[in-house]
Amino acid sequence: MITDEEVDWLLSDLLEVYGYDFTDYSRASIKRRMSRLFSLDRFPSFAEFRFKLRNDEEYLKRFVEEITVNVTEMFRDPTFYKVLRTEILSVLATYPLIRIWHAGCSTGEEVYSMAILLSEANLLHKSLLYATDINPSVLEKASRGIFPLSQMKQYSENYIQSGGKRDFSSYYTAKYEYVKFHEDLKQKMIFATHNLVSDRSFNEFQLILCRNVLIYFDQHLQERVFSLFDYSLESLGFLALGSKETLRFSTISTNYRQHSSKEKIWRKIS
Amino acid sequence: MAENILSKKYKLVVIGGSAGSMEVILGILAELKRTLTLAIVIVLHRKKNGESLLVDLFSSRTSLVVKEAEEKEKILPGHIYVAPADYHLLIEKDFTFSLDFSEKVHYSRPSIDVTFETAVDAYGESLICILLSGANADGALGVKKAKEAKGLTMVQNPEDAEVSYMPAQAIAIAQVDLIVNGAEMGAIINNLSIQ
Ligand SMILES: C[S@@+](CC[C@H](N)C(=O)[O-])C[C@H]1O[C@@H](n2cnc3c(N)ncnc32)[C@H](O)[C@@H]1O
Repeated sequence: MITDEEVDWLLSDLLEVYGYDFTDYSRASIKRRMSRLFSLDRFPSFAEFRFKLRNDEEYLKRFVEEITVNVTEMFRDPTFYKVLRTEILSVLATYPLIRIWHAGCSTGEEVYSMAILLSEANLLHKSLLYATDINPSVLEKASRGIFPLSQMKQYSENYIQSGGKRDFSSYYTAKYEYVKFHEDLKQKMIFATHNLVSDRSFNEFQLILCRNVLIYFDQHLQERVFSLFDYSLESLGFLALGSKETLRFSTISTNYRQHSSKEKIWRKIS
Repeated sequence: MAENILSKKYKLVVIGGSAGSMEVILGILAELKRTLTLAIVIVLHRKKNGESLLVDLFSSRTSLVVKEAEEKEKILPGHIYVAPADYHLLIEKDFTFSLDFSEKVHYSRPSIDVTFETAVDAYGESLICILLSGANADGALGVKKAKEAKGLTMVQNPEDAEVSYMPAQAIAIAQVDLIVNGAEMGAIINNLSIQ
C-alpha cells in the first residue's frame, strides 16, 4: 500500500517530468490504482517504483494505462443508445454535417456503436466522429477496430436491447479469436490524443459524449471540463454523460436542460 | 467490550454483506432509531440490476433517508447510502463518494474491501466496519485495516450467518472487536450514536 505522501510525490513527478497532470483526479481512486500497480509489478520498494517512473518512458505508458480505467463496452447501457436512436438522431439529421466528439473514448467500442447507429439511420455519410483519449495506446486499438470474439455475444444482446434490428454479426468479420469491424464504419472516424485536463477546444460539435470519464475527476476538474464542453458545443447541441454522472451541480447547468430524466443527456438551450 | 471501544467517537458505519446477508441488513435497518447521528453505507454483493429496488426495499424498513450513493456526494449523518450495482464505491478524505468502474475485486463489484479500505483512509478511528454473511473472502482485509487504524470492527457470528465463510475469513485474519449475532447489531449501532 502506498501512502498519501507517496501519491503526492508520484503526482508531482508525472507533472514535472512528463507534463501529465493527475492532481485533480479523485484521490482515493488514484491511490488505489497506484497501489495496485505497485504490487502488480512487484517493486521491492517504493523508491524503485518512483525511479522507474521518472526515468523510463516506456514505463510511463504502462503507468498511465494502468492508473486510468479503460473498461468499456459496445452499446454500454443499451437504453442510452435507444434514446440516441429514437430521439436524438432525428434532430442531428437536420444538420448538413454532423460533428460528434467522443471524449475519453478508450478502445473505441462506443465510437463503433455510434457509427452503427448512424449508418442504420442513413446518416453516417454526413457525419464526422472525433474520438479522443489521453492514452495513445487505447487509440491505437480503437483505430484498428479489432475486438475479442468472446465479447460479441454480450455486445449483440446490448445492440438488440438498444433497438437494433439487424444481425449484429453482419457488421464484422470473425477471424480466430477476434473480429474486425467493417471498414466503412471507420471511414468517418478521426482518432487523436487529447487531454481533457490541459488541452483546449478544437472544434464545435452538435453532440459530445463523455461517458464514465468524469467519475475519476474531482469536482474542480469536472467543472473545468464542463466549461470546455460548453465552449465546444453548438447551441442546441447535446452533451451525453455516463449513467452515474451528472451536470446538475455544475455552473453551466443553467444553460442546459436534461433531455429525459432517465438518461444522462443534456441539451444546450442558450 | 472495553469501554473505549464503545465510546461515541464514531461517524460512519460501513456494512458489507454477500450471500445470506439481506435479512440481517433488513433487521438492522428496522432497529435503527430515528435520531441516529451516524452515517451508514451498505455494500451488498448482488446481480447487475435492480438497485432502485434495493433502495425501495431498504426504505420500507426505516424512517431514515435511504439513497443510492452518488459520485462526489457529501456523506451526511443519519443518512443511509447504498453502493450502486456494478461500481466500486470509494470514500474520499473530504467525506465524499467516488465511483470507480475498474476490475472486480474478489469477483465482486462493488467490492466490500474497496469501500472498507478507502473508508479507513478517510475516517480512521471514527469508522465502524461490519461484515456479514457471505461465501466470499471480500471484506476480510478491509476489516483488518480498520482494526489497525483503531476503528471498531464487528463481524457476524459465523454460526449465526447463513453462509459462514465471509465472517470466518475476517475473524481468521483480524483481531475483530465484536463477534455478534445479526439480530444484536441494530441495538449496538444505536448505542454508538451520539443521540
Ligand atoms: C472508462 S473509459 C470510458 C470509455 C467509454 N467512454 C465508455 O463509457 O465506455 C475512461 C477513459 O478516459 C480516459 N481518460 C482519463 N483521463 C483523461 C483525460 N485527462 N483526458 C482524456 N481522456 C482521459 C482514459 O484513458 C480511458 O480510456
